[in-house]
Amino acid sequence: MRALTWHGKHDVRMETVDDPEILNPRDAIIKITSTAICGSDLHLYDAYIPTLQAGDILGHEFMGEVVEVGPKSTLKKGQRVVVPFTIACGSCYHCNKHQYSACPNGLPADNQDIAMPLYGHEMSGLFGYSHMTGGYAGGQAEYVRVPFSDVGPIVIPDGVDDDKVLFLSDILPTGWMAAENAEIEAGDTVAVWGCGPVGLFCVQSAFLMGAERVIAIDHFPSRLELAKKFGAETINFEESKTYEALMEMTGGIGPDTVIDAVGLEAHGFFVDNVIDQIKASTFLGTDRPHSIRQAIIACRKGGRVSMPAVYGGFVDKFPLGAFMEKGLTLKTGQTHVQHYMPGLLNAIMEDKIDTTFLISHRLPLEQAPEGYKMFHDQQNEVTKIVLKPGMQLAA
Amino acid sequence: MAETQSASRDDAPASAAKHQDQATEALIDQQGDHVVGRAVTINRSRDELFAFWRDFANLVTFMDNVERVDVIDAQRSHWVVKAPGGRTVEWDARITEEEAGRLIAWASEPGADIVNSGRIEFRDAGARGTVVVATIAYDPPGGAIGKFVAKLFQREPAIQARRDLRRFKQLMETGEVATSSRTRAQLEEEKA
Repeated sequence: MRALTWHGKHDVRMETVDDPEILNPRDAIIKITSTAICGSDLHLYDAYIPTLQAGDILGHEFMGEVVEVGPKSTLKKGQRVVVPFTIACGSCYHCNKHQYSACPNGLPADNQDIAMPLYGHEMSGLFGYSHMTGGYAGGQAEYVRVPFSDVGPIVIPDGVDDDKVLFLSDILPTGWMAAENAEIEAGDTVAVWGCGPVGLFCVQSAFLMGAERVIAIDHFPSRLELAKKFGAETINFEESKTYEALMEMTGGIGPDTVIDAVGLEAHGFFVDNVIDQIKASTFLGTDRPHSIRQAIIACRKGGRVSMPAVYGGFVDKFPLGAFMEKGLTLKTGQTHVQHYMPGLLNAIMEDKIDTTFLISHRLPLEQAPEGYKMFHDQQNEVTKIVLKPGMQLAA
Repeated sequence: MAETQSASRDDAPASAAKHQDQATEALIDQQGDHVVGRAVTINRSRDELFAFWRDFANLVTFMDNVERVDVIDAQRSHWVVKAPGGRTVEWDARITEEEAGRLIAWASEPGADIVNSGRIEFRDAGARGTVVVATIAYDPPGGAIGKFVAKLFQREPAIQARRDLRRFKQLMETGEVATSSRTRAQLEEEKA
């Protein structure tokens, strides 16, 4: 089959590799019909992620058609499914509590050692995202092997476009869970840092959960424009002082709940380069820890902090004093995708949530390397690229 | 015996001791001079886990370094285990203690390539299932250098025991051992 493989910094290639096979009883093989490039894929592209190996197949947002099933799979050939990016067994202690991204049973025993020294625990396996998360081949390919296919993939009714449901795999549940973690109450003002795909889904979700106002913060005008379309007020941090603007816009109270959705732009499952990250946050002042610091400082007293942004290592100068003195609550975590898929599929079917607005480009899978370059170089114009294996090459 | 040493120790298991003190030594009441202890919680009943483990031929399904275990009779088994450098080591093991649904202890018989003993306990953990505690005592081949070489090959028993227990948990809770291989050929290469 053809697949997008990683070879080093800014070096991804389309290659022909062996087709995946059923290896465990609960496996299924999915023929990919649509797969997206995630903001977090760019950090693999930028070679921030140390446990990636040359030849690894990337991609953790994908859907397709079931073409082969193991004896314990509950799927049937020909069904269309969206696959969650987190690999979870559905029957362990954490899965029973619907904490799917904490499931240890999809992460091969040897790979579990990688995260232990850094986090104290192993996390779930993830598709196409380094060997720390299992070393699973991703879905930017013609076919993919999906473990625990009786638990993860959700079957999509006939006649529903791929583009409408593809984002159930990661970014829509991630945005929704972030809004849920913000524990929004009717009448709340919610501030969202970052108007990437996750931030934009946070905006939509927050309104659905009863927020009265959502204030979206970014510096890409086109992304702020999208947030505005969904009813958010906007702050462009290159034009305005974020803290001052938030305080004025909320009558001196501050937002009731703050959501940091920036980290996905510059995160990393850092292992070897934790020291680099500490240096970066201390001396170079990257935006990454800046957004969570700013969110905590702006949040109203007794308010809630939600952090879907991915952080991998340590953050310096975390404003623990402000956090304590103001009595804030912080909720975070990798998304428990399986928990949110059924409800969100219904919301899409009932037109309560719009997902297709996000897609700025559709490309054949064969042009995936060009897609990565575009997404990397033109963040204002490119919001989301969807790759389609069957699509004709553009001239 | 371990019980007599508790006065001077905290409540942490001996395998977590910072220094291999007398209490730790006392735990090794069988043979061997290095001890490995691991606890894992498995969402299955004590009886179910005990029954699976008691059939030693099953161990090969989650113990990666075990090439095979032949059951000789109700008490004895023959173990063939992978060692660094493509070699194998072998021994006969005998069950030294057994309590249905609670514990199994075994020890190598005289003439073993590596003198070793093991003990696996199953404790009720209520709604969370069963806490499984494995203690393995062994004489590393070739002393400290042997242990170093073994570590390079990741066959070092402390690492191996930890990974084996994770695979045991996966197998018992999900019916399969997780692999990220894409093809059968890759899977076989991984297991070799």
